[in-house]
Amino acid sequence: MSQPYMFEKPLGLRDTLPRAQQEISRLELIFQRELQRWGYDFIKTPALEYAETIGRASAIADNRLFKFLDAEGHPVVLRPDMTTPIARIAASSLRNAPLPLRLSYTADLYRSQRKEGGHPSEFEQTGAELIGDATPYADVEVISLMMSLLEKSGLASVRLAVGHVGFVNAFFYDLVKDKEIVKQLRNLLYNKNDVGFHEYVASLNLPIDAAKRLNAFVDSRRMNNEETLAYIETLVSGSATPVHSYYRNILELIHLLKLDHLESQIDLDITLVPHLSYYTGFVFQGFGGNLGFPVASGGRYDDLLAKFNRPCPATGFGIRLDRLMSAIKIPDDKRSKRKSAVIYNRENAGIAMRFAAEEREKGHAVVLQHADGIDNPDTFEQQFESVNYFLDRTETGE
Amino acid sequence: MNQSVITIAMPKGRIFGDACKLLRNAGFRLPDTFETTRKLILDLESEPFRFILAKPVDVPTYVEYGAADLGISGKDVLLESGRDVYEMVDLGISKCHMAVAGLPGHQSRNPFLKIATKYPKIASDFYRRRGEQVDLIALNGSIELAPIVGLADAIVDIVSSGQTLKENGLVEYDRLLDISSRLIVNPVSYRLKKTQIDQIVEKMIRATEGTKIGMD
Repeated sequence: MSQPYMFEKPLGLRDTLPRAQQEISRLELIFQRELQRWGYDFIKTPALEYAETIGRASAIADNRLFKFLDAEGHPVVLRPDMTTPIARIAASSLRNAPLPLRLSYTADLYRSQRKEGGHPSEFEQTGAELIGDATPYADVEVISLMMSLLEKSGLASVRLAVGHVGFVNAFFYDLVKDKEIVKQLRNLLYNKNDVGFHEYVASLNLPIDAAKRLNAFVDSRRMNNEETLAYIETLVSGSATPVHSYYRNILELIHLLKLDHLESQIDLDITLVPHLSYYTGFVFQGFGGNLGFPVASGGRYDDLLAKFNRPCPATGFGIRLDRLMSAIKIPDDKRSKRKSAVIYNRENAGIAMRFAAEEREKGHAVVLQHADGIDNPDTFEQQFESVNYFLDRTETGE
Repeated sequence: MNQSVITIAMPKGRIFGDACKLLRNAGFRLPDTFETTRKLILDLESEPFRFILAKPVDVPTYVEYGAADLGISGKDVLLESGRDVYEMVDLGISKCHMAVAGLPGHQSRNPFLKIATKYPKIASDFYRRRGEQVDLIALNGSIELAPIVGLADAIVDIVSSGQTLKENGLVEYDRLLDISSRLIVNPVSYRLKKTQIDQIVEKMIRATEGTKIGMD
């Protein structure tokens, strides 16, 4: 590469200027308060992890990891997600803590991205993990918690799509009896390629009934929740036991979401397959505002902790603060806490300092600025809601 | 549900005529001037639809970022761009195929085949899957020139009637895949405007079945 210009940063990284940072801090604060109210404890993990442990377990494609060697020559990665480090903690340092564990975090994550706007390589995420509870009640808890955070953030028209990867896998396997084909079919779902899915099914020479069920499965995305549920019921008739037990899981979840009055905001979509391959059960994505991308996602990952030698069910979610910020419309007057200024001279230093201290004590944001230090008084004063002048030339006797 | 405006990205150029015809068959009341206007944004009066007229390769981009809720795009463009959008319906219009072509009986003197193409990603995927190492040369149009003037050994490009190849003395070596236009949908729009979009998708599927029967 050619010599970078002095203002440039490595590809995909960006600065956060005061105005954006204020908004991020506002969201962080709301999330922190709400997560604590739900009884989740915050934790922190290092930004660097070993490539062989977190790098491999995180299921992020190799070419999207920031990978290099540490001082001892070990391959390390910048953490690409937080679920995997938390799984490691739950399986090691918190091994003896009573289950279920409720943990949460706000952290910067690193994924090498396409060279294009709107896809930064470093982004902040707030999330929660509920570890050690295999029941649908745990799934409902994390879903309601995520919805609550999104609602409290000020995001308009919050919606949630819910699917079940375990059901998809079991249902496909039951029909095609071949793990490779199941993987292919799942990839086509993940790529949202319905046309390709139908073409692939046609190429498999399956019994007519099996092909029909697979095709109808994809088209079920266009149904509403009741239709989808009724439809899943017809799909599972005559299927193997795991398909049935997943179906009962789905029924229970929808029942619980109704109790939580969340049902109207939820779109049950059994074709939903997210990119992280460690998910095993319910999966979900949160949408809202007028952004073209999901702002939050999560799901159940019952096999991940086993990679750290402590098999244990778990479920959780993450909210992307960068995306959430662009999805929320904030009126200008609510955007930032207003500041006032105190401009003073040498003679009034003492009284100005006292005044500023009193105002700050009341909770107001006050900038204390000596008049001689101001470059251009007109543009400087424009930033403030009000300005108090302490510029009398008479000695105040101090 | 409230009726919000649905924005549809349309590809200008080769596919546009076919796409308009299909939309009319699907019951969209497009104005008569739709095909001739030079405007880039058109709002329908009777229905809450807005059409934006974009360069075909840009349609998946508008849809991925949510600037358009839906779009009509060729499979060639979709494969090349790799955008994260729902590919919901094979519209069965503007059919053609992707092929490798070159001069008849051409013997390469290059250590690795030189392939000129507008579709570097599709071409690279094709040769990688074959386990063949080639040198790709990215061009933007009139690809048929490349083998004739000796820039490349062969080209990877879309072929519809084969007329252009023929007139330039080229022959098809290999057929990569069949191509037609697809209805694509932004994943978030799909959640937020599900009812409206589902209706459009159903209408398009019905119209597509019509064209398929009509063409046979």
